[in-house]
Amino acid sequence: MKPVDPIVIVGAGHAGVQLAASLRQMGSDRAIALINDEPCLPYNRPPLSKEFLKSDVDAKSICLRSEAFFRDNRIDLIAARVEQMDRTTCCITLSSGESMTYGNLVFATGARRRTLELPEGGHPNVCYLRSVADSERLRQYLKVSRDIVVVGAGFIGLEFAATAAAQGLRVRIVELGKRFMGRAVSSPVSAYFEAQHASLGSEIHFGRSVTSIVLDGGRLVGVTLDDGNRLSADLVVVGVGVVPNIELAASVDLPTENGIVVDETLTTIDPNVSAIGDCAIFASRRYGVPIRIEAVSNSVDQAKFLAGRLMGGSGAYDAVPWFWSNQGQSKLQIAGLARDVDQVVVRGAVGDGTFSAFCYASGKLMAVESVSRPGDHVIARRLLAAGTVVRPDQAADVGFDLKACLA
Amino acid sequence: MPKIRFIGIDSQTVEVDVAEGASVMMAARDAGIRGIEAECGGALSCGTCHVYVVQPYQAMLPQASAEENDMLECVAAEREVGSRLSCQISMTADLDGLTVKIPDTQT
Repeated sequence: MKPVDPIVIVGAGHAGVQLAASLRQMGSDRAIALINDEPCLPYNRPPLSKEFLKSDVDAKSICLRSEAFFRDNRIDLIAARVEQMDRTTCCITLSSGESMTYGNLVFATGARRRTLELPEGGHPNVCYLRSVADSERLRQYLKVSRDIVVVGAGFIGLEFAATAAAQGLRVRIVELGKRFMGRAVSSPVSAYFEAQHASLGSEIHFGRSVTSIVLDGGRLVGVTLDDGNRLSADLVVVGVGVVPNIELAASVDLPTENGIVVDETLTTIDPNVSAIGDCAIFASRRYGVPIRIEAVSNSVDQAKFLAGRLMGGSGAYDAVPWFWSNQGQSKLQIAGLARDVDQVVVRGAVGDGTFSAFCYASGKLMAVESVSRPGDHVIARRLLAAGTVVRPDQAADVGFDLKACLA
Repeated sequence: MPKIRFIGIDSQTVEVDVAEGASVMMAARDAGIRGIEAECGGALSCGTCHVYVVQPYQAMLPQASAEENDMLECVAAEREVGSRLSCQISMTADLDGLTVKIPDTQT
């Protein structure tokens, strides 16, 4: 490592910006280049499928840090893409033609939306929700659309569906699986949100996929499902997951799977090259397997960990992942990962819309999913971090003081 | 524009101008105030923008919502009488001079 050479961060999302900010906060005086391939200041992504969609504010209002912050902290925010990388000379070439050498390079390249591979899938009225440009475009469509098909009942699709339904638009949700957010949450939470969306007036089609986009004279008029049914629509919004941006890493022979492979210190096989956030698949000590997490919290936590390591710190990355999703009036907060869950215990009242699902695997608490019980969520993050034992019967008893377990 | 005074972890006071309607958290972030993490960006989901509101401003703020109150029960630093989540405090002309202290830790 040549510490005098800059730290080059490829990607200016939550992970990249946090890494730059944390390095300065920890007193690093190395040059920092933050390569941003989007044409605006780095921004906060979660509002794109929520408040930002409902408002008319410009992208500046959701920026992560002001322009002055980058300038004052000597973080060189460069609007470009990285075209080429050479690990032997520690050099990258930008789309601007400029090249630069690095002492350390960090992939914070994030993920891009998975697209619907269908004829006419590129029609302008087939929209996605990943970037600020996507959201700005979608909010214009929302003003003139009446009849919306949402493809995919994950966080993004459902957040959008709740927003659209609350505006009085007709919403149909098409999901290949049998329940909402099936990859992410337990059955009681899926069922609760299904009821919420139904009460907002959304119609739900489980176990179905879209097989074609129906046009009439170039105008989008509907979709066909795999059971042959046709749903009318003037707007299709697709939320079928993301694909990690691993191509640059793969081009320089760094191991990639469904992400850029890093060890428990978030380092690739090249000691000068790391990866953090949505693009990284890391050796998780907590879960004993390589995992890739798509979440702001993971991006921020990994950035802080790596900043510490670049400042000479040691140890392994082992933070408890957490997530949130606001859908209509309901707020979902998840602490931990519900892996191999064989027992779910509910604390609180599902009927009142305030409850937490405690998810266990072989008697061990793996995750806590809270609906409008933010206190449970914050405590659960600490319980999971500390590995504190909370028995299922204790979790189910609202009279049992979870906070006391932490003492 | 109304002003906010941030009393930092190092006890230094920083005064910043804030547009009406902006949250105290956004103002802190823009001014690069240390010790306000705001990991969720103001979604009332993380409890990492905790501040101590200094008198006489405590009573001038709208009451914390039940949700904010729940989160405050579990913030990392000690909860005190003036504890609030800064993302939930919206600046108004009346609040000119609002003074908040940054806690030692957010996580």
